[in-house]
Amino acid sequence: MDSIVIHNLRKSYGKGRLPAVDLAGEYRIGKGEMFGIIGPDGAGKTTLFRMLATLVSPESGKAEIEGLDIVKDYRKIRTILGYMPDRFSLYPDLSVKENLEFFASVFGQSIDRNSSLIENIYCRLRPFENRMAGKLSGGMKQKLALCCSLIHSPSVLFLDEPTTGVDPSSRRELWENLAHLKANGMTIVVSTAYMDEADRCDRVAMMKEGKFLAVDSPRAIVSKFDRKLISVRSDEMFRLLNDLRSMDVVEKCYTFGDSHHMVLKPDARTDAGGIASVLEQDFGHRNVSVSEISATLEDCYMNLEDK
Amino acid sequence: MDNCVIEVEHLTKRFGDFTAVDDITFSVRKGEIFGFLGANGAGKTTAMRMLTGLSFPTSGRGQVAGFDIRTQSEMIKKHIGYMSQKFALYGDLTVKDNMELFAGIYGVSRREAGKRIGELLERLSLAGERNTMVRELPQGWKQKLAFSVSIIHRPGIVFLDEPTGGVDPAARRQFWELIYEAVDEGITAFVTTHYMDEAEYCNRISMMVDGRIEALDSPSALKKEYGVSSVAEIFDILARGAKRTE
Repeated sequence: MDSIVIHNLRKSYGKGRLPAVDLAGEYRIGKGEMFGIIGPDGAGKTTLFRMLATLVSPESGKAEIEGLDIVKDYRKIRTILGYMPDRFSLYPDLSVKENLEFFASVFGQSIDRNSSLIENIYCRLRPFENRMAGKLSGGMKQKLALCCSLIHSPSVLFLDEPTTGVDPSSRRELWENLAHLKANGMTIVVSTAYMDEADRCDRVAMMKEGKFLAVDSPRAIVSKFDRKLISVRSDEMFRLLNDLRSMDVVEKCYTFGDSHHMVLKPDARTDAGGIASVLEQDFGHRNVSVSEISATLEDCYMNLEDK
Repeated sequence: MDNCVIEVEHLTKRFGDFTAVDDITFSVRKGEIFGFLGANGAGKTTAMRMLTGLSFPTSGRGQVAGFDIRTQSEMIKKHIGYMSQKFALYGDLTVKDNMELFAGIYGVSRREAGKRIGELLERLSLAGERNTMVRELPQGWKQKLAFSVSIIHRPGIVFLDEPTGGVDPAARRQFWELIYEAVDEGITAFVTTHYMDEAEYCNRISMMVDGRIEALDSPSALKKEYGVSSVAEIFDILARGAKRTE
């Protein structure tokens, strides 16, 4: 069954500007699905979240959350939807506990009734219960914001870049919590700049200039990558990057952690061994290591705009 | 030492009975990219505030850009660059205004500033946008501009505090190439990041846990030492040992 249905949804800010969101056609997100949105700054991710969360009205088109219309039924939607915006939106001069109590009271609930849903997350905050929310560290603020967005046991949860500024260990903890919520049947839509997080979603939408360029499971997106991809290392990584880019068999080359990834032109007649010998002989690189690899989601993202 | 831009010994900062930075000793070499890693709450921000002259150490001593962090903090501020993702430029000033403002703040003379701004506009292909409000620029351009402005006074070292937080994979890479270029021209870069693939781009990295520096070396040497294949795994191993929960 569908949890979210989007139909020709569009929103522009001001005349003469490209629409921030311009989703032509129909997109459906299933109940209990973990749906990821990735895309550059200004792609329209936040505007899409704000529309679906009934905070801004669409210019045209429509969308439904659990069968409720985002314009007509906005009040009802707010009772079944949890939304964690991309910037800190709690009261900095209330304590951790007061923030939680406040959000619970807004939804006419007591904290106890929902503790099972947030207990896993809140247990880490309990030692700081009386600290002002504004004095928490980044990771702790994030945890508190998540608790507050779950306080009314929503059936749909929106998270707009929840892990920006969060260290790797806390990121993993957050994703463990999300997996737990998903196991309880919650529909989760999450935007992220981390491709390892997008990899954890059932499906991912790659968004750019207000549109979804591709919507599919990470595995399907990766399997559609049809170019030869090669990973390269040497002793001089910065020079290597420029040298690789100067080779005419190379279509694109970018850094990738401790190596560089390069995409060969479709008609390139060479392989890992051929590239290694060029680097050693023509460019004088040492300790060259070259291997053909299969694409990750991040490679697909890096090559998206060229299609 | 002449070839070090940062050199600190036993640097410590206490707030009441809480030791935020606990006796750290390390140095950063001229011309390297130094990654300053650690979990949220490990003490990175406090350490960085001391290194940039914004906070006075409880004990310990050191030099940054040739100036003493205890007695010459004002000089340090003039001789370093600083950029963070959270605040970089004034959106409601034009490109040129921002450049002039920061050149002025950093004490670049008017004549010299004019020259450098001209060069910079040319180099960043922003000459046609000199009178555009910064908020109207695409994110990628804003970043380039913010970084260039942070080194407009040609400092020996630039501190980059999570410069790529929340930035998509393509734009993050563009930004790192700017860092590479600047370093190629002799600037030292001191970077914090939560992206472990970016840690691999650094010449050396340090890992902070509970206010202490628990590991410091090149990414490849550390991977060998810990017997793992990525910096992310080292982070996990060290973070697991942390007692402080932020």
